[in-house]
Amino acid sequence: MTEASPAVQLQGLRFGYRRGPLVLDIAELNVPHGGRVFLHGPSGSGKTTLLGIIAGVLLPNAGTVRVLGHDLSRLSQGERDALRGEQLGYLCLLLNLLPWLSVVDIVPLPVDLHPVRRRRLGDGAPRAATRELLERLDLAGFIDTPVSDLSVGQQQRVAAARALIGSPALIIADEPTSSLDADRRDAFLQLLFAECERAGSTLLFVSHDLSLGAAFDRQLSLPELNRAGVAA
Amino acid sequence: MLNLRLALRSLANRRLTTILTIASIALSVALLVGVETVRRGIRESFAGTIRGTDLIVGARDGNQQLLLSSIFGLGAPAGTITWETYQRWASHGAVAWTIPLSLGDSYFGYRVVGTTEAFFEHYRFRNDGRPTLAAGDLFEDDRDVVVGSEVAARRRLTLGDEISLTHGLRGTGIMDHDEHPFHVVGILAPTFTPIDRSLYVTLEGVEAMHEDFIGAAPPDPALVSSGPLLSSFLVGTQNRFESLKLQREMNTDTSEPLTAILPGVALTDLWHTIGYAEDGARIITMAVVVVGLLGMLVALYSTLQERRREMAILRSLGAGPRRIAALLVLESGVLATLGAITGLVVTYLVLFVGRGLAERHFGIFIPITPPGKLEWVYVGGVIAAGMLVGLVPAWRAYRNALQDGLVIRI
Repeated sequence: MTEASPAVQLQGLRFGYRRGPLVLDIAELNVPHGGRVFLHGPSGSGKTTLLGIIAGVLLPNAGTVRVLGHDLSRLSQGERDALRGEQLGYLCLLLNLLPWLSVVDIVPLPVDLHPVRRRRLGDGAPRAATRELLERLDLAGFIDTPVSDLSVGQQQRVAAARALIGSPALIIADEPTSSLDADRRDAFLQLLFAECERAGSTLLFVSHDLSLGAAFDRQLSLPELNRAGVAA
Repeated sequence: MLNLRLALRSLANRRLTTILTIASIALSVALLVGVETVRRGIRESFAGTIRGTDLIVGARDGNQQLLLSSIFGLGAPAGTITWETYQRWASHGAVAWTIPLSLGDSYFGYRVVGTTEAFFEHYRFRNDGRPTLAAGDLFEDDRDVVVGSEVAARRRLTLGDEISLTHGLRGTGIMDHDEHPFHVVGILAPTFTPIDRSLYVTLEGVEAMHEDFIGAAPPDPALVSSGPLLSSFLVGTQNRFESLKLQREMNTDTSEPLTAILPGVALTDLWHTIGYAEDGARIITMAVVVVGLLGMLVALYSTLQERRREMAILRSLGAGPRRIAALLVLESGVLATLGAITGLVVTYLVLFVGRGLAERHFGIFIPITPPGKLEWVYVGGVIAAGMLVGLVPAWRAYRNALQDGLVIRI
């Protein structure tokens, strides 16, 4: 993986659920290494499906998917799981937190699950790294709080901390700000940018909210890229 | 370790289901181990009814009938042995001691045993237990009676009470030996053997009672004896190795047909004939364990749907489907382990509390021993079976994990 190679590179991607119609048909999509890319798409345009493919959970019917230099179709199930766990941070609206765990248990889960990611923390043990992240995300006082007792905004930041811990190379964010009001949304974005910068992570941010796009290096539109008529 | 922590936290989150599942497994394990312990207690009580005696000798009869009538007080003795024959064997060179027994009378359904002091000296049960007096003295006179603990308790007998014994083994009333009343001179300590349900009088007492008895059938002229007629007698040999030889000698003697049996062998045979009941109990308790494990299967399986989100989150963090399956197997393992251990603890609690009850009401002495090999095999078996059962929801979760991706499609 060189500096020049894109973090995400899709070519001739086609995907449909089981025997259903094509959901995605994308000729080409690149997310440059270290970039902050905004991918716009209205609800039901196949955003989450696309992220599932990039995360290596769903397999495309055709085309190549290269993530951080790896051709996903050449990796086994286990290798894709490992790549996701070690190199990706996944942040999303619906899929959030395990409600019965407290903040201090949830945030280090990715490093607990993946020794490679844990080693990237260097000298900082998982607990210390967690504490540090939570402090920067303004959650220092909630370390032992069960997530179900937090506000939506706080939960979103806990999810961000979990995605960011161990400095994954690629952060994938799926509508993480939809449940926040405008002020909180902007504050959250600034935090996310700062942390990505700090960790040197590439950010792929997906939302239906066009007004967010301006803050990013690059804006893409899924309906324009996707030739599969989803709505039809 | 991480898997275990996640499994425990997830179980703790579903507290009520978890507790109910553990309780159902615990109950089934408690039943399994409890039945096993009681079964062993009964068996040991049974096998320990008579110890130290090398031969039981009676008139020619079936082996088990002789054992039942002379030791367990069940059924009637087949016939009588003359005093001469008894004396002849008692003075045999291989014989160390004998206990003569004369049966055939009762007191409110309890057996009356005519014997000598030899009974209290030589009779042994369980591990060297001997009949001892809780109060009073041994019989001396032909009007003295020593009563077993249960007889004394049930009939509210105390020292000095005067009682009438009954001819025959059943009922009271017209056949009472009212003319020859007995005095309670001693009460025996509980033994948890048929001794507790018996009354002991002298051989002379039995004879005197029958001589005084008017209105019964005239004595059989064929049974003329220089001493009391016996039902059977117990033999202790000088050397245990001579028991078999002596047994053969007695069984083949033609002067008076006798049956001599080895108590250990006869007890084992008898246990085999009634032992099928314990197999039945064991099968039922194992079925209960299966039901308990199926309950766990249902509990785990039915929560899978609502837990798809949990699984998808773990997937998004890079947990493979295998880890998710392993989590579920681990969960059922944790449930089965907690259930089995709780069950074991409950069993011992119940045993400690219920032991006295079993002794008082059923005369069963239940020895409480630390869990033996069999108990651990049961506990291990339940845990292994639990994990095996966990494979079913694990397989389902594995399939879900592959299909769901990061978004749950219901």
